Amino acid sequence: MSNHLSGPVEDVTGQSGYPAGHPPRMGFFTDTSVCIGCKACEVACKEWNLVPESGMDLLGSSYDNTGALGADTWRHVAFVEQVRPRESAPVDLGMPAVGRPGGQEAADADRDVTWLMASDVCKHCTHAACLDVCPTGSLFRTEFGTVVVQEDICNGCGYCVPACPYGVIDIRAGDGRAWKCTLCYDRLRGGLEPACAKACPTDSIQFGPWDELRGRAQQRVDHLRASGVPRARLYGADPDDGVGGDGAFFLLLDEPEVYGLPPDPVVTTRDLPAMWRAAGVAAATAAAVMVAAFLGGRR
Amino acid sequence: MAECHPVGFQWVMEAKQRGAVVIHVDPRFTRTSALADLHVPLRAGTDIAFLGGLINYVLQHGLDFRDYLLAYTNAPAIVSDEFGDTEDLAGLFSGFDPATASYHPRTWSYDGARAAAPIGHPEMGADDHDERAAEERLGATGEPLTDKPRMDPTLTDPRCVYQIVKRHFARYTPEMVEQVCGVPADTFRRVAEAVTSNSGPERTTAWVYSVGWTQHTVGVQYIRAASILQLLLGNIGRPGGGILALRGHASIQGSTDIPTLFNILPGYIPMRRAHRRQSLDEFVAADAGRTGFWGNMKAYAVSLLKAWWGEAAQPDNDFCFDYLPRIDGDHGTYRTVLDQIAGTVKGYFVVGENPAIGSANGTLQRLGLANLEWLVVRDLQMIETATFWRDAPEIETGQLRTEAIGTEVFVLPAAAHTEKPGTFTNTQRLLQWRHQAVEPTGDQRSDLWFYYHLGRRIRDKLAGSTDPRDRPVLDLTWDYPTEGGHDEPSAEAVLREINGVGPDGAALSSYTQLADDGSTACGCWIYCGCFADEVNQPARRRPRHEQSWVAPEWGWAWPDNRRILYNRASADPQGRPWSARKAYLRWDPDLRRWTGPDRPDIEATKPPDFQPEPGAQAQHALSGTDAFIMQTDGRGWLYVPTGLMDGPLPTHYEPPDSPVANPLYAQQANPTRQVYPHPDNRTHEVGSQVFPYVFTTYRLTEHHTAGGMSRFLPYLAELQPAFFCEVSPELAAERGLEHLGWATIVTARAAVEARVLVTPRMRPLRAGGRTVHQVGVPYHWGGNGLSVGDSGNDLLAATLDPNVHIQESKAATCDIIAGRRPRGADLRRLVGNYRVRAGLTGPAGMERPDGTDQARGT
Repeated sequence: MSNHLSGPVEDVTGQSGYPAGHPPRMGFFTDTSVCIGCKACEVACKEWNLVPESGMDLLGSSYDNTGALGADTWRHVAFVEQVRPRESAPVDLGMPAVGRPGGQEAADADRDVTWLMASDVCKHCTHAACLDVCPTGSLFRTEFGTVVVQEDICNGCGYCVPACPYGVIDIRAGDGRAWKCTLCYDRLRGGLEPACAKACPTDSIQFGPWDELRGRAQQRVDHLRASGVPRARLYGADPDDGVGGDGAFFLLLDEPEVYGLPPDPVVTTRDLPAMWRAAGVAAATAAAVMVAAFLGGRR
Repeated sequence: MAECHPVGFQWVMEAKQRGAVVIHVDPRFTRTSALADLHVPLRAGTDIAFLGGLINYVLQHGLDFRDYLLAYTNAPAIVSDEFGDTEDLAGLFSGFDPATASYHPRTWSYDGARAAAPIGHPEMGADDHDERAAEERLGATGEPLTDKPRMDPTLTDPRCVYQIVKRHFARYTPEMVEQVCGVPADTFRRVAEAVTSNSGPERTTAWVYSVGWTQHTVGVQYIRAASILQLLLGNIGRPGGGILALRGHASIQGSTDIPTLFNILPGYIPMRRAHRRQSLDEFVAADAGRTGFWGNMKAYAVSLLKAWWGEAAQPDNDFCFDYLPRIDGDHGTYRTVLDQIAGTVKGYFVVGENPAIGSANGTLQRLGLANLEWLVVRDLQMIETATFWRDAPEIETGQLRTEAIGTEVFVLPAAAHTEKPGTFTNTQRLLQWRHQAVEPTGDQRSDLWFYYHLGRRIRDKLAGSTDPRDRPVLDLTWDYPTEGGHDEPSAEAVLREINGVGPDGAALSSYTQLADDGSTACGCWIYCGCFADEVNQPARRRPRHEQSWVAPEWGWAWPDNRRILYNRASADPQGRPWSARKAYLRWDPDLRRWTGPDRPDIEATKPPDFQPEPGAQAQHALSGTDAFIMQTDGRGWLYVPTGLMDGPLPTHYEPPDSPVANPLYAQQANPTRQVYPHPDNRTHEVGSQVFPYVFTTYRLTEHHTAGGMSRFLPYLAELQPAFFCEVSPELAAERGLEHLGWATIVTARAAVEARVLVTPRMRPLRAGGRTVHQVGVPYHWGGNGLSVGDSGNDLLAATLDPNVHIQESKAATCDIIAGRRPRGADLRRLVGNYRVRAGLTGPAGMERPDGTDQARGT
């Protein structure tokens, strides 16, 4: 089964019509367990892609004054402050060292404070609803398997905006066109890694072939769980999820909702066959009713 | 570290991935705490009590690294019986002179042995200097002195350093740490166990600090406390050990090595003093130790003079020693500001700095700027220091009037680091060459261009002068090749001059080649070798995977491309690694030399059993086990017999503004701290009910120091778009502060308004028998740029460490109230009312918080 609208896809690039021998699918693995919230990714992205400033607003959302992904924000670092009751077992600091790598927790005397940081980005979905609904062909799948808007073709219809299950793509005010992360398509064509990954000091943002990244991510999450971080999990790495897996996926240390991510995103086109089937049934029923009425009338 | 050095923090994360335990001790829960295994909040300004607690823990439990301690530290050295400790003298050491609020260090010396501080006393009072130097040469008893102290290898003599240190810190128990620092004794014990169990032959622990340790009236003693702990545990000179100073921004290390400081010359040679005629030999004799590598100070000094004055510097004129400028006391930045206010300093160069925002007590800074004849500001942006005459907060309050300010301000646009080549010297003494990426635009020029052409024009104006006072300028070697349309001097030529040349004019390769006869020239002896083989060594970029794990071919580290200082201590006295796991250098008996992945800092062929001849000088007087090669006795100093202004051992003193009485001593604050009496520079009473809260200042990742490189840039300004303060939910409830609302923070110096972030990351502590709330105040803001706000540093008093003249900016007290501050003259009235309520209405002078306290005025 080719799974054109949902489900796992072996070769999303080939499926989009690129001939054999196309580059491997490229993506991001964002390991939030080593994110230090420096926001270098946000700045590097804006510098490279000439993304406008997005407002001098103090949001009071911990150290996050960016708020959300949007037309003028293609990387967004979320800061989540959590207070938990004191955990009973203190961290073992003895020898040999068995700290909690990536645990991101520190015990105060009367409360455990956790400060989660995570850099969000366009997911470059296997089944990209934005691309599927774009009537002009402005959104397209690149030879790297990523999803890019061509700003000279976009007519600003905005269909892509509600289609995105993550709320990533958006219309730029005063410009009218849709903008989002290109996974630095220009840099990739020049053999460079995306600006955010290049700037990330702790390798929280890793760029590379999708298959390789997924293997690395699985190892990391296994290691963290074995080191006493049971809440560690991958997000967007499963090809069986509602979008067929994300080209940009994450290692999270808590539920996705904590970071403002949808727990079970579903590509809007997944339901198209069912909708068509339902529409077909409805149409057939209507036709049958009409026929019946007609036949009934003759009686 | 994650907050202010995110790029360096990648290595902490890598170490953590490899199993290192990361502990973060900080009043606030920061981005570093978020990634650490354990965050230990403590009351700001109490780190000596915390570190002293660790020292005491090590000594009480016998956890010191005894073989290391005996071989490489001065633990066995016997101290003069005239020495009196703070335990005996209510918090003072022997030799305190209340009249001058300073110490005579004579009684601190070793028994019958002379020790010299590595850089002498850079600026001891003019008249006392020779007297003190003579005292140190002769010793307390007037007996002729040896260079090596008498030793008690059993460490049982009550006058040996080990016993003195043990007694000094005996009361720094976990319970005392809890009382002083607000760190629960159990938490403290966990840290102590982690540190001690990760130290010894098989393991090492590193301490990393930044200005949270240095910017105190006892900042030098904070670092000393860490040094004592690391020496006790054998964590110096060994891989994975050390005490790492993270500097405030790029190349601050470089601007200490090639100093922008008033009291030292390049390579930590002390500045000349202006007291009396002194020959070069007398200068060297007064400051340098006879033994250890400082015994070569004359070679370093003569080579420096040759680099500066070239052919003019000859043996018969003492190598132009009299051309050197001289100091007659404190000329630090705060003294200079007070002198501006007093009208004795007329002109001011401000280069890449924004003191109106970045220095403590902004009001003093701006009053000084307003009383100059001329001011030169070289910066990337129109910073507040350049526009104070029209928009200083004091203009709004009426304290200053634009039409009454006579300062002529010259603003010169500077080239950014991407627009000029040069070096950065960062915390690990590593020089890395920066290549120019783009040409500067418009009138922007590099600092090198500015100073070179300024000097050239001054020399043109003086050409033909016969006035002897112009000779130092006219005789300077000022012949750098220039290139490009703007006649940019060659930065590589400057680096080569710093490296130095030999008699044949070829680049030198090591400071051991420097001579005191004028045959060598070297601009900074510790940098000698950075241009070895006529190659720009800092420009080397060999990837780490293509060389040894020490990566000696990435950049160049001073001195001698040595990556770990005092690395002789990485091997045992016999020259064998302490353990296979921590192997670094070893003595190879077959090759008869030291081998390993790094350059040894002991002479490469000096065997472990080497014993010096009697009367030997400099490094030749050090034995094969004297690992601390800069010290006169070759040992790491737990106890400092000479060289510090405020005592031979770190002692917990409260900050000048403190919420509590010193729980350890009757002496409240550092008795030798420098105070600058001024009505706008008052400190608060101990435990003041008017200023009941502690605040600490700091930086955020998103902004750069005083904001000149971030508040003006949209991509950075939008990330932290407003001045805010951080408070705990408990303090917010107590003071009615609302998240995202406004708060006014008040001290006797100023009142500023900030948006409020209420966060569980801030938490109250129990210390000194009361609840202490701490307010976090990032200091980046001012009135110019895209992200604007009041300046947190306005809240601080300028009160200084006596050794290095750094201000107390990490611990002070304040009040915080809900709502915005008053405008105009009402703002001054508010601060004035607070002063009245706090009883700070007498003549501004030396506040003596506990009635018995002394402070040193300058």
